[in-house]
Amino acid sequence: MTAISVKVNGRTYKNEVESRTLLVHYLREQLNLTGTHIGCDTSQCGSCVVLINGQSVKSCTTLAVQCDGADITTIEGLSKDGKLHPLQEGFWECHGLQCGYCTPGMIMAAVDLLQQNPNPTDDEVRHGLEGNLCRCTGYHNIVRAVQYAAAKMREA
Amino acid sequence: MTATKMVGQALKRREDPRLITGQGNFIDDIKLTGMLHCVVLRSPYAHATIVSIDTSKAAAHPGVAAVFTGKDMLDINPLPCAWAAGGVTNNVNTPRALAVDTVHFVGEPIAVVVADDRFIARDAADLVEVEYVPLPVVVDAKKATQAGAPQLHENAPNNIVMEWVCGNKAKAEAAFASAEVSVKEEIINQRLLPTPMETRGSIARYEQSTGEFTLWCTTQAPHVERLLLTAFVFGIPETKLRVIAPNVGGGFGQKIFCYNDMAFTMWIARKIGRPVKFVEDRSENYKYSTHGRDHITEAELCGTKDGMITGLRVDTFANLGGYLSTIAPGIPTTLYGRIMTGVYKIPNAYVSVRGVYTNTAMVDAYRGAGRPEASYVIERMVDRFAVELGMDPAEVRRKNFLQPSDFPYDNGLGLLPYDSGNYEPALDKALANAGYADFRKQQAEARKQGKYLGIGLSSYVEICGVAPSAWIGLPGEGFGAGLFESANVRVHLTGKVVVTTGSLPHGQGIETTFAQIVADELGIPYDDVVIEHSDTAGTPFGYGTYGSRSLAVGGTALYKSVAKVREKAKKLAAHLLEANPDDIVFEDGKAFVKGSPDQAKSFADIALQASVAYNLPEGMEPFLDETTYYDPPNCTFPFGTHIAIVEIDPNTGNVELKRYIGVDDCGNQINPLVVQGQLHGGIAQGVAQALYEHAVYDDNGQLVSGTLMDYAVPTAAMLPTYELDHTVTPSPVNPMGVKGAGEAGTIGSAQAVMNAVIDALSPFGVKHMQMPATSERVWKAIHNK
Repeated sequence: MTAISVKVNGRTYKNEVESRTLLVHYLREQLNLTGTHIGCDTSQCGSCVVLINGQSVKSCTTLAVQCDGADITTIEGLSKDGKLHPLQEGFWECHGLQCGYCTPGMIMAAVDLLQQNPNPTDDEVRHGLEGNLCRCTGYHNIVRAVQYAAAKMREA
Repeated sequence: MTATKMVGQALKRREDPRLITGQGNFIDDIKLTGMLHCVVLRSPYAHATIVSIDTSKAAAHPGVAAVFTGKDMLDINPLPCAWAAGGVTNNVNTPRALAVDTVHFVGEPIAVVVADDRFIARDAADLVEVEYVPLPVVVDAKKATQAGAPQLHENAPNNIVMEWVCGNKAKAEAAFASAEVSVKEEIINQRLLPTPMETRGSIARYEQSTGEFTLWCTTQAPHVERLLLTAFVFGIPETKLRVIAPNVGGGFGQKIFCYNDMAFTMWIARKIGRPVKFVEDRSENYKYSTHGRDHITEAELCGTKDGMITGLRVDTFANLGGYLSTIAPGIPTTLYGRIMTGVYKIPNAYVSVRGVYTNTAMVDAYRGAGRPEASYVIERMVDRFAVELGMDPAEVRRKNFLQPSDFPYDNGLGLLPYDSGNYEPALDKALANAGYADFRKQQAEARKQGKYLGIGLSSYVEICGVAPSAWIGLPGEGFGAGLFESANVRVHLTGKVVVTTGSLPHGQGIETTFAQIVADELGIPYDDVVIEHSDTAGTPFGYGTYGSRSLAVGGTALYKSVAKVREKAKKLAAHLLEANPDDIVFEDGKAFVKGSPDQAKSFADIALQASVAYNLPEGMEPFLDETTYYDPPNCTFPFGTHIAIVEIDPNTGNVELKRYIGVDDCGNQINPLVVQGQLHGGIAQGVAQALYEHAVYDDNGQLVSGTLMDYAVPTAAMLPTYELDHTVTPSPVNPMGVKGAGEAGTIGSAQAVMNAVIDALSPFGVKHMQMPATSERVWKAIHNK
């Protein structure tokens, strides 16, 4: 077991983890932050995307021990002061989710996408979210949701 | 003044706030006190005898509570098959919770390790030692029926589950004998992996003192799971099991069925007296949870030189896997053969189907379930016929369409009559939206520049709201139950309404759309209505959500319960207003004597009076609380026309889906935003079948496409923007005139894309191609390889 200290959604946690524990399991099993999901075992689906030091990362491909000292944001930490993040709002407004299972990862990946490209074309949104699979929406409304958020964030 | 109607509004969903903030509660999010974790050891062989299993090392591993094998669980029965194909003998073999003597496909469960956490259990599973004697393997449904093929089950000679036919063989033969033109193709509808983004799982808890189980599981049908697990698997009263579906992360059919982990988690929870959890990982989901499609079909269509279709013959081998899943035989029969003539008036049709066992995972309903396969066959063959005649495929379709005056229409294949339809306006709208009139010119221009454009049409009809129990049930279609739905509407003291329903959402937005219906019908605020579901302890019996039936059947049950509440409220209002009930009108949430709206009783007033019961009319029971079990007189038959436009790069064989145009008619729409969402997702799954997805077994029965690295679920960059439009032909079957939209997109789409691909390749002499149209397959077709 290895001791780690991580900041997750603004709060610092100190835990002992096995060296093989994946970040996603640490978040879900030890911190009870179950908003981050697991949809595959080969890092294809992106249901587990979180932000590590501001960058989107698949938390199933990251060991918890690698995150010692890191600042992590999960879907639970995205809204501020009870106000939805523009992406959360966009997904709701544009029917960007159905079953909602891929949604947390999709939103977290989109946060990073819009950080890097605040004014993307539809095509850039589609390519930017290639690491995230959705089986319900056919992506049409996910693209609209991201564009809704992009427009809103540009205005802000 | 009339309040704004909620029905018809593109309301954003009330399901969403919890799901966009990480507050959803999916199966793997649930933790119970003292809960242990299960990991399953699975067969690496597709067909083998189990000689011995040694669990001692695994059981001794630190942190392991117990290890169980199939022999430990012989006190529970195999899982039931609830739908045998109607009217014929079915040679039924179903799986046990864990295999006992023989395994029939890779991934079949052999042992369960129960430990403090899933990682310890996984480590220990590696310590279980199993000795197998491998047996010969067959994975192809056609080969499995041939002489000398490996035999899977003693009671199924030549691996045949059942042989089933519909239509009129002699008439079809006569039509072909006298036909001016006929075409014939082998059509393969490849095996697919449904791939809900959340895999499946179960958590079971057992109360020693009462003998009661609680089972949380990823299901589309909690009441059905309860029935099957108690009455058939465990032989205990239904009252001893409560089934709860938490948030379910997509189903697409795969989560309808009764699975082995439901049984073994219950069995283990009872045995060891602690709650246990099992959740599949993705490769387990791919190996063990049900697959879809997998048909090999020979199809023939004949007609006149001027494009009238006179006959259709279809012969299908349906691969059902190593055992029968819960409703497997019903899918390639009732839901496939009986809708084979599609939107056309084809007087002489005959369909024969063989269900076949092979050393592969079980195949059962996957989005569309039988109807996409049928629509694919007829729509490919109509296109093939048009090419043979040198006619415009749109005109061949138009020429053979059923006309509005033909409804209700009996297609002669043993289906209930099509309820309503008007196919030409949907076709015309789709053609106009696609710019069909100009397309051929563009296509010719593009070809001059070495670019290969293609356009493909698909005019579909499907069967939704599958119900009438007297039709679908045992004596006719062989379904071992009914298919009604239920809803209870309960009005609390303050006028707030709680609906409980046997239908349940896993993405469909039922909490939103059902509340829209109630708000309108009672004239009360939408926010005053709550929809509760997914728990057998709190909802009236219902068969569940699948087959695009929740609105047409479950929604109608709700509509009728609301109507009963309104009638009772009117009677109570008449009593309170000292008026004749016949003179009372109920509008905008108020009851008043016709012509005197000032002296009204509000819905909240009436609810309060009904609940305190100080002053009720003689003989009236307190409370506004009504339940309906609705068994409709017919299914509904949504339809539409889809058009795909593709461009093919002849150097690489790459197919680019440039545009996708759909015009769908699902009758009246409750929430257009939700309808469009359902269509988008449905179309994506059909496009995925046409271009990308294929569940491949090698000759040894290994699932080659066994992970998401190998199975091509499309990403956002692989799919287009959908250009959707609609027509509205209300269903006469139910009072809301609704039909259903959950599967239409999938049913209409694969053949539109394939027809476009084949159209693009016509300069190379290509007249037919199997799915998926991968670059390799297309390149080979271009280069005659």
